Amino acid sequence: MPDTDQFRRDARVWLEANCPPEMRRPMTSDEDTFWGGRNAKFSSEPQRVWFERMRDKGWTVPHWPTEFGGGGLDAEQTKILRQEMAAISARLPLVSFGISMLGPALLKYGTDAQKKEHLPKIAAGLIRWCQGYSEPNAGSDLASLQTRAESDGDDFIINGQKIWTSYANFADWIFCLVRTDASGKKHDGISFILFDMASKGVSTKPILLISGKSPFCETFFDNVRVPKANVIGTVNRGWDVAKYLLQHERAMISGMGERGVGRPLGQVAADSIGADEQGRLDDAMLRGQIASFEVDEAALACAAERAVDLAKAGQAHPAFSSAMKYYGTELNKRRHEILMSAGGIDALEWESERSKQGARPRAWLRTKANSIEGGTSEVMLGIVAKRILDLPGA
Amino acid sequence: MALVLNEEQTMLRDSARGFIGDKAPVAHLRQLRDSKDATGFSRDLWRSFAEMGFSGLLVPEEFGGSGLGCVEAGVVMEEIGRTLMPSPFLATAVLAATALKRGGSAAQKSEHLPKIAEGSLLAALAIDEGSKHRPLQTAMQAVRSGNGFKLNGAKAFVVDGHTADLLIVAARSAGAPGEREGLTLFLVDPRSKGIELERTAMVDSHNAARIVFDNVEVNADGVLGEVDQGGMLLEGVLNIGRGAVASEMVGVSEEVFGRTVSYLKERKQFGKLIGEFQALQHRAAHLYTEIEITRAAVLKALQMLDENVDNAGAAVAVAKARAGTTATLAVQEGVQMHGGMGMTDQFDIGFFMKRARVCQELFGDSNFHADQLARLKNY
Ligand SMILES: Cc1cc2nc3c(=O)[nH]c(=O)nc-3n(C[C@H](O)[C@H](O)[C@H](O)COP(=O)(O)OP(=O)(O)OC[C@H]3O[C@@H](n4cnc5c(N)ncnc54)[C@H](O)[C@@H]3O)c2cc1C
Repeated sequence: MPDTDQFRRDARVWLEANCPPEMRRPMTSDEDTFWGGRNAKFSSEPQRVWFERMRDKGWTVPHWPTEFGGGGLDAEQTKILRQEMAAISARLPLVSFGISMLGPALLKYGTDAQKKEHLPKIAAGLIRWCQGYSEPNAGSDLASLQTRAESDGDDFIINGQKIWTSYANFADWIFCLVRTDASGKKHDGISFILFDMASKGVSTKPILLISGKSPFCETFFDNVRVPKANVIGTVNRGWDVAKYLLQHERAMISGMGERGVGRPLGQVAADSIGADEQGRLDDAMLRGQIASFEVDEAALACAAERAVDLAKAGQAHPAFSSAMKYYGTELNKRRHEILMSAGGIDALEWESERSKQGARPRAWLRTKANSIEGGTSEVMLGIVAKRILDLPGA
Repeated sequence: MALVLNEEQTMLRDSARGFIGDKAPVAHLRQLRDSKDATGFSRDLWRSFAEMGFSGLLVPEEFGGSGLGCVEAGVVMEEIGRTLMPSPFLATAVLAATALKRGGSAAQKSEHLPKIAEGSLLAALAIDEGSKHRPLQTAMQAVRSGNGFKLNGAKAFVVDGHTADLLIVAARSAGAPGEREGLTLFLVDPRSKGIELERTAMVDSHNAARIVFDNVEVNADGVLGEVDQGGMLLEGVLNIGRGAVASEMVGVSEEVFGRTVSYLKERKQFGKLIGEFQALQHRAAHLYTEIEITRAAVLKALQMLDENVDNAGAAVAVAKARAGTTATLAVQEGVQMHGGMGMTDQFDIGFFMKRARVCQELFGDSNFHADQLARLKNY
């Protein structure tokens, strides 16, 4: 134990000295997030400073090996670092699909050359990635995807369409599922491949969301030439890689609510609604809703902590991330419904300086996607039922 | 500390599960109920339970116990929840042992703790007076008289009060109902003059008692902890009790859930197993998720109690609130998914439903604890 205590002390001191005060407030909008990439933009000087200091320490990906730009921390130290960051509300220095999704898949399935090529760039925020999974006719039923990759010497020629590709218009590279064999069972002929979004034949078209933003696109591939060396894992066995990556995506999405955590909801509500003579929130029903929400939120945080500890102890069920994804996203939607209630008519403003261009209602609308993206709640429940509870297939 | 059981705790769980599953399956409770057993639990079983070292789990080693903590007590409570074994474990081994260990004088400890550890002394905690758990509303009067006190008032829902050799009673030596200050805990012999005790057989076939105190005299050495300062002590004891009951409810939830999932895999309707229907699959998966999250929250609370962390109270409120809601859902879904079978007395599932209802009320229901959390967070 003394070693971990020492690590905690060191981490605390370092964070205290290096995290700019501006980076110690919960993120409220996309602009608070640094995504990296070739066209990376910092929204402020403190954001840049914070990112660079963390990057230099390997702490954009604290648990990755140092040879790939990580911090080389073990699971316990990573947990401690997260706790210490949370204790001062430090923002994540870099948010990226490379870190939360592709990286873990590369670490497990990539060749040495592929790891050396891509991981350090992810750690340093040099390349921004997007995820080419969904297609117009393959959403929940992902394995029905039709985008074709045909062999041409050392290359594949890729044709087809993806949809809901988040930030495809800002991304440098894509990790993409393509069909390399249409003859057998649908899961069997899929390959997992990486390519540059600047390749000839790639185009994107943004889609506007109910939140008034367009975070994702339709993505088109017209005879895109990609070296076969860019396949991760085995050709036609991409489904394994895809599923492994999805576990990480789901774990990430289930934790999304936590990032926004700032003041307790009860305090936020008290600010706009006020208190009665006994100091209780002057809306008894809402107070009850908030309290029961906060019970569930605290319990979920325990479960997230336990999930990590179970994994460390080798007792985790691989499909458990589906349960967490389901619960975390439904809870986050509840959080934002409460925030809207607490804000009342103030939370309805859409275009004004005062409302930061409707930050609250836009965030509320955005959360409705949490239980759709990365696999819907219904699909998560189906996975839990079949894989964990072993209920018979329909 | 990692949020998983360590090796010793896992061994303790396995031995408790083996013992309880073997000696006290649900049939044991059913038999006690059907024979209208006057004690409501088996003294023989309690003796062997004590021989296994379970009754002295929380008793310090110097008094003959094993000096373990709340996590370990929770481990045993969970197994009790799986088979609904009626036993003095909660009242005596958890609540009374904790109260004495924390508040007792040297003399009180050496008199009672060894007997708890060896299983020869049964005790009960007398707190509630109204129909809902409101410890601060304690109205029972403790008036100074001679070198001691006279107790007047009434207690309800005193778990295992009818068999207790020793009562731990909360009374008001100062202040008014609702106030935090002015509570004192007393050790009272239930055979004292002025005590009228009525056994209340509850819906779950476990026992509690209603006790009326009419000018009951207690000596000064019957005071547990300090006069007027019993509130903190009581709160600490209650929190451990709450953590223990939350663990029992995790056991209840898990057991009902396990039985329900098995049923989904064996019952056929419309030519298929009912577990093939997505409407039921999704409800089962939801319930699984609720139970796992609750289990984590309960373990966290128990660990925090053991570490004596400042905000353990908030964690306990979360655990008890969650455990109550989850157990309620688990038993309701359990009965529903068993269809007509679930409603029959012959089938065990109803026993779990009744026990969950009692555990919900014990030491504060989910609403009480959500409110507690809101107060702690100041809104
Ligand atoms: C904000 C956002 C970002 C996204 N980002 C990306 C991205 O970057 N890359 C990417 O590839 N994809 C992305 N997606 C796509 C996302 O993964 C899909 O939307 C999702 O998998 C659901 O597919 P679908 O939209 O086709 O809905 P459908 O599959 O058509 O589902 C419609 C409804 O039917 C239900 N349903 C479907 N099948 C079943 C079943 N078997 N049992 C019960 N109910 C069922 C669903 O739960 C849903 O309620 C994103 C989506 C959103 C909303």
